[in-house]
Amino acid sequence: MANVIKRNKALSVNPLKASQPIGGSLATLGFNRAMPLLHGSQGCTAFAKVFFVRHFREPIPLQSTAMDQSSSVLGADENVVEGIRAIAEKSKPDLITILTTGLAETQGADVHRNVREFRAAYPEFADIAVVAVNTPDFVGSVETGYAATLTEILRALVPDAKTTGSKVGKRPRQVNVLVSYMLTSGDIEALHLIFVQFGLRPVFIPNLADSLDGCLTSEDFSPVTIGGTKLSELATLGDAIATVVIGASLQTAGQVLEEKTGVPTYQLDHLYGLKANDALVMTLTMISGNPVPERLEKQRAQLQDALLDTHFMLGQLRVALAADGDLLAALVDLLQETGADVVTAVTSCNVPLLSRIPVASIKIGDLEDMEKLAITSKAQLVIGNSHAVTSAERLNVPILRAGFPLYDVIGGYAKTWIGYAGSRQTLFDLANLVINHAHEEIPIYRSRYAQKPANETVALSCH
Amino acid sequence: MVALLSKITLHATVMKSNKDIAELLDEPACEHNKKEKSGCAKPKPGASAGGCAFDGAQIALLPIADVAHIVHGPIACAGSSWNNRGTRSSGADLYRYGMTTDLTEQDIIMGRSEKRLFHAIKQAIEDYKPPAVFVYNTCVPALVGDDLNAVCKSAAERWGVPVVPIDCAGFYGTKNLGNRIAGDAMVKHVIGTRDPDPLPESNIRIHDVNLIGEYNIAGEFWHVLPLLDELGLRVLCTLSGDARFREVQTMHKAEVNMMVCSKAMVNVARLLQKNYGTPWFEGSFYGITDTSEALRGFAHALNDDDLIVRAEAIITREEAKIREALKPWQARLKGKRVLLFTGGVKSWSVISALQDLGMVVVATGTKKSTEEDKARIRELMGEDTVMIEDGSPRALLKIVANYKADILIAGGRNMYTALKAKIPFLDINQEREFGYEGYSGMLELVRQLVLTIESPVWELVRAPAPWHGNSSLGLDSNSSELEVNHG
Repeated sequence: MANVIKRNKALSVNPLKASQPIGGSLATLGFNRAMPLLHGSQGCTAFAKVFFVRHFREPIPLQSTAMDQSSSVLGADENVVEGIRAIAEKSKPDLITILTTGLAETQGADVHRNVREFRAAYPEFADIAVVAVNTPDFVGSVETGYAATLTEILRALVPDAKTTGSKVGKRPRQVNVLVSYMLTSGDIEALHLIFVQFGLRPVFIPNLADSLDGCLTSEDFSPVTIGGTKLSELATLGDAIATVVIGASLQTAGQVLEEKTGVPTYQLDHLYGLKANDALVMTLTMISGNPVPERLEKQRAQLQDALLDTHFMLGQLRVALAADGDLLAALVDLLQETGADVVTAVTSCNVPLLSRIPVASIKIGDLEDMEKLAITSKAQLVIGNSHAVTSAERLNVPILRAGFPLYDVIGGYAKTWIGYAGSRQTLFDLANLVINHAHEEIPIYRSRYAQKPANETVALSCH
Repeated sequence: MVALLSKITLHATVMKSNKDIAELLDEPACEHNKKEKSGCAKPKPGASAGGCAFDGAQIALLPIADVAHIVHGPIACAGSSWNNRGTRSSGADLYRYGMTTDLTEQDIIMGRSEKRLFHAIKQAIEDYKPPAVFVYNTCVPALVGDDLNAVCKSAAERWGVPVVPIDCAGFYGTKNLGNRIAGDAMVKHVIGTRDPDPLPESNIRIHDVNLIGEYNIAGEFWHVLPLLDELGLRVLCTLSGDARFREVQTMHKAEVNMMVCSKAMVNVARLLQKNYGTPWFEGSFYGITDTSEALRGFAHALNDDDLIVRAEAIITREEAKIREALKPWQARLKGKRVLLFTGGVKSWSVISALQDLGMVVVATGTKKSTEEDKARIRELMGEDTVMIEDGSPRALLKIVANYKADILIAGGRNMYTALKAKIPFLDINQEREFGYEGYSGMLELVRQLVLTIESPVWELVRAPAPWHGNSSLGLDSNSSELEVNHG
């Protein structure tokens, strides 16, 4: 429905986009005992690491093939093979992903061949899963990099039903849940509870709630992820009763899983707002055959009540959004349920979902574009990542922080947005921002004939 | 993308050659040169940490606040790094705008990246009217052979604004090399292009000086600058904290340069001495002793007797003032044991600050320290001091345990190493939010040290839940819990 407006300037100012290798790393970090290896120069990894550390406030396992001048020009096959070997030997992870960068792709790297070379040269590491993914940063965004990496991990590591004889519904309570990058660790925990209330056992793939949730463990140090989806779980996916895919960006990943396992897929774009969560609840009722739990009925009623309470503040509120596709779609639906107007929508790269989002136009661009459009569309509130905070300051409107990265708040990575309860809290947060922000009032008028005390009449200038 | 290779070989001469890089690595003013390998070590695939040359160049120059800093490359270089520095500006804020050509696959395959850069420079100049544009080269355009110098030159001619190429592709080398590339670009293209403003009226003799390698993290240089003003030292430029383009242009006219703490841009000091005869000295503003030494350093280097007298008077006054203010804190920090791991560059200067507080530095990182730095550390800490070369998290935790350190002071990268192991921590690197320089910065330093060392959270996080194990909250739960298991 939306008219997608392409990038039309040479210089990107205040980028909204995070790169594909960031997305690929994020997907990898949701698996247990995993290590992403970026194939590029050291900086590719160092910058990504700082990016994650600022967002999650956690130590982040991330390595580099450390391409230098010679290997950049003459070939870096050896760097990949040696990088995998070094990690395998030193950290003994369960999973290593090789994620290419713009540098490696421009040079003409073939990481898939490199993995085969590694296998041939080092049979002693045969039990370590190694998955290569093409994630150059000159295409796509964090969203596409995450989706591509998840797809490749599933393609490589989920056993084919024909060969293993897995059977749909052998584990009648297990549901495979593919979750988009936009779900926070708080979201995944909340979603877990919803599944459990239906008597279902969700297996989240990947599971950032288990690996990057800020948990303090008895281990003082781990070179690889602690927690996250266990690779052994991947062998059980074929026995599940259903697969639920959350996020349009994961459609291909869902298809790959269904092709391999035959487990039927239920695709949901997001879990923001009343209708989206109704769709989830209907899906889970169908899968489980159980009635809707009372607790969810109550939370739904609470969300309805919040819609009533907040519609005074949010109705006709002119909102500017800057987010990647999945999150943009989710926020638009949530806001439109309250009667708010999304007057500006900016996203970092073109994905098929955009044309389905029910707004007049979506600009592929950066935060400078968002800022300029927000001025012409007279936006009253901004939703975007921490980089958008200075934009909101210049616009003199409040901001709700959402997306990647969130580095100027504590616990942004853990905020719960989804479900009836999470949606209700988001409505409260939005309404509070509107209430607490100084908004335009009718200017004070003082009558020259008024009989106010003398000390009030001096203040002639408008405050 | 194999088809691209032909283009690469055609254009390979455009990027920095191995010879150029070798020349930058061969830094006569750096003590590492005297060891078997010159400059900095080669990174190992799968076992490396730390940034790239682009990272180093950007760190070195981004604090120049009124310049449009354009990162020429695909999104990862700028997208993951813009607006994440702790450096502060007293006015202009263009440096906080992330600008990048955000190259696409089409740009690279069709060879359109130079054209995009040219238009990007135009856009930055028209929209933001900067006094200059800096263009940072990154891996992809370096590999496909974009001629950065030519694009910058023709853009500068076309729009009448200086456009400075910083050829700092990540794969050229480490962060340290990037620092030098950045310094080199300033000397080559910016310094010496304008004379300083006339001196203001004054009843004392004013001297022009520069500070090289001062980044004004969290505004900490503003603890020091008032003292330099009082002494009649006009700082033509700090390279690069709170600097402006027009200040960098005048650096050649300083009477003396101070290299602050790190040797990262030592080539600038050396080249200014070579080209303009400016003497330089090395100093630090961390700690009482070193701040005083730095002030003395200026006075003596400038060879101005009146200045020497006035400097001593200020030192006496300020030292008395800060020592009085520190008294209540010192008792709480005296004897506390510190593991200092700064990656090397600032080790000796921070040691001095901690010793001023009566703290004991049990070990220090020297991976990036020069031989001269190490000699200085031995002088400060004694011959048998522990110098840490292996900065891996495991090694650090082992030393904390073995030497019973009360706190780890390190860069932000190691923060979670400490916190996950339940060890008090203080961030000393450039991302930090607090300023420790100068006499008054010491007060912030003690406040932060006490805040973490004396925090009640350690007891809460170290003790097991009451339903696990014997020791519970309120019972003795400190020393034994600190022991780290090195399995």
